[in-house]
Amino acid sequence: MHNLTIAELIKGLRNKDFTSVELTRHYLDRIKRLDANYNSFVTVTEDIALAQAKAADERLAQGDAPALCGVPIAHKDIFCTDGVRTSCGSKMLDNFVPPYDATVVENYRKAGAVMLGKVNMDEFAMGSSNETSFYGPVKNPWDTNCVPGGSSGGSAAAVAAQLAPGATATDTGGSIRQPASLCGLTGLKPTYGRVSRWGMIAFASSLDQAGPMTRTAEDAAIMLNAMASFDDKDSTCVDEPLCDYTASLNDSLQGLRIGVPKEYFSEGLQPETAERVQAAIKEFEKMGAEIKEISLPHTSLAVPAYYVIAPAECSANLSRFDGVRYGHRCENPKDLNDLYKRSRGEAFGEEVKRRILVGAYALSAGYYDAYYRKAQQVRRLIKQDFVDAFNDVDVIMGPTATAPAFAFGSKGDDPVAMYLEDIYTIATNLAGLPGLSIPCGLVDSKPVGLQLISNFFDEAKLLNAAHQFQQVTDHHQQTAPALD
Amino acid sequence: MMTRLNRLLGNEEKAQISETQVDRSDIEKLAELARIEISESTVDEVAKSITDVLALVDQLQAADTDGIAPMAHPLDATQRLRVDRVSEDNRRDDFQKLAPAAEQGLYLVPKVIE
Repeated sequence: MHNLTIAELIKGLRNKDFTSVELTRHYLDRIKRLDANYNSFVTVTEDIALAQAKAADERLAQGDAPALCGVPIAHKDIFCTDGVRTSCGSKMLDNFVPPYDATVVENYRKAGAVMLGKVNMDEFAMGSSNETSFYGPVKNPWDTNCVPGGSSGGSAAAVAAQLAPGATATDTGGSIRQPASLCGLTGLKPTYGRVSRWGMIAFASSLDQAGPMTRTAEDAAIMLNAMASFDDKDSTCVDEPLCDYTASLNDSLQGLRIGVPKEYFSEGLQPETAERVQAAIKEFEKMGAEIKEISLPHTSLAVPAYYVIAPAECSANLSRFDGVRYGHRCENPKDLNDLYKRSRGEAFGEEVKRRILVGAYALSAGYYDAYYRKAQQVRRLIKQDFVDAFNDVDVIMGPTATAPAFAFGSKGDDPVAMYLEDIYTIATNLAGLPGLSIPCGLVDSKPVGLQLISNFFDEAKLLNAAHQFQQVTDHHQQTAPALD
Repeated sequence: MMTRLNRLLGNEEKAQISETQVDRSDIEKLAELARIEISESTVDEVAKSITDVLALVDQLQAADTDGIAPMAHPLDATQRLRVDRVSEDNRRDDFQKLAPAAEQGLYLVPKVIE
């Protein structure tokens, strides 16, 4: 059963080939037997899963089942879950049990999905390798000596190891697309504002966006249908019309205009990865698309602008963790300042502290204009590059990451080497555009990804193009070596 | 740092911009602003890594941004307003159960006023 896609599971449940309880037990059993090899789950919610599966079976029998009724999924541990510990990968929230569900979690519950548990992630979603989690690194199912990418490394490893058919994830600078690339999955970051951020623990509020991680584009469309909603509780959620993202999957790509940015194919891209990406773009040409080279001239400024804006927003957002209202509190504080400083010093990891300090620096008196204001101006230049490009093309394509998965510890203690891992994905977050990664082949027996970027709220176009590619290629059907 | 990013992107070397140096006293000041204790033994290491990050972001200074309006929101949206009425239940007790120390509806902290 674990070989089936979400689309196939939906059919199987409705045909009564298996029940949701059987399916859920099957996945829970796999998690129990196999996850020690990957460390992808932080919390397994067996009792909730079985109760939800039982209820789903009743609804299926009555014939009033919603779209994902009975389908088990995993949630990134950044989404608040009523009564279930939500750690955000941090010691700070190791004891945090929210009294409410995030809108995303509620949407999936309403769609009938079954929650298998909460999956691992870089601490507060800050990282590109899942090495910063308080709960230990997640291992890449393709090669357990390698990272799964981050920050949604648990989501990626769980789906790649077939411990869940799909998972929720979040992307602030590449945290859905880069792990999807490194684990051979389809990962979609929707347009900023498409999916509610309510109950999703904030890192950088103007960049954070939730999306699905699945094995196929069709599954991503099915998951996005349930995930996307307009939400009054998130003031940055955009009230744009929603569509059925599965409706246009089979549209022809004849005449689709694809732009390939020359800046994304420079020296830093590993040659074998470049070859796989170029070959994938050629497939689109065979399907009738027109390919043209484009330029995104401010690409080199995206990583520098991001590392002002994201830390600045994180230093503000993470000030809520004060040891007073929830989260970790130090022992025997001698005064209030000591309480704040030691609680935060003890419970935040190195990378989180580094970003808070960088943010505090960029926002401090005398530096605000030189850093924060400047970065916000550059952000507009980067967005304008895309606006100009989309006058001539429908979809932009290039690599998701510079190379396949790297070994644990190989970026050493150098934070900047890790930051450059997101060099092709960060600009999309700064511009607020949707981006998708799909597998496009193997290099050294490990997957690499093709990134597709479309105009605002045109997720349907990305999913259509990706689905058509997956009809004529089998990269998405390659799976990580099985352990059982 | 500049060199490394430019090499990744295949850009030609540009003139080196003077790099911001962060020292121990800067870190102590930032740690105070951010209310984070940084242990004495790691201050130098933290100063070095923040200097590295600032070297990366200092590349912004070379960008020509004259007349460009800062962008705070990808869609340039403004704050949505709603009618001023109570829309949530009062769940004070639920929320205070999460606190390390709370009593009679109050959060407890060390004595602030002597």
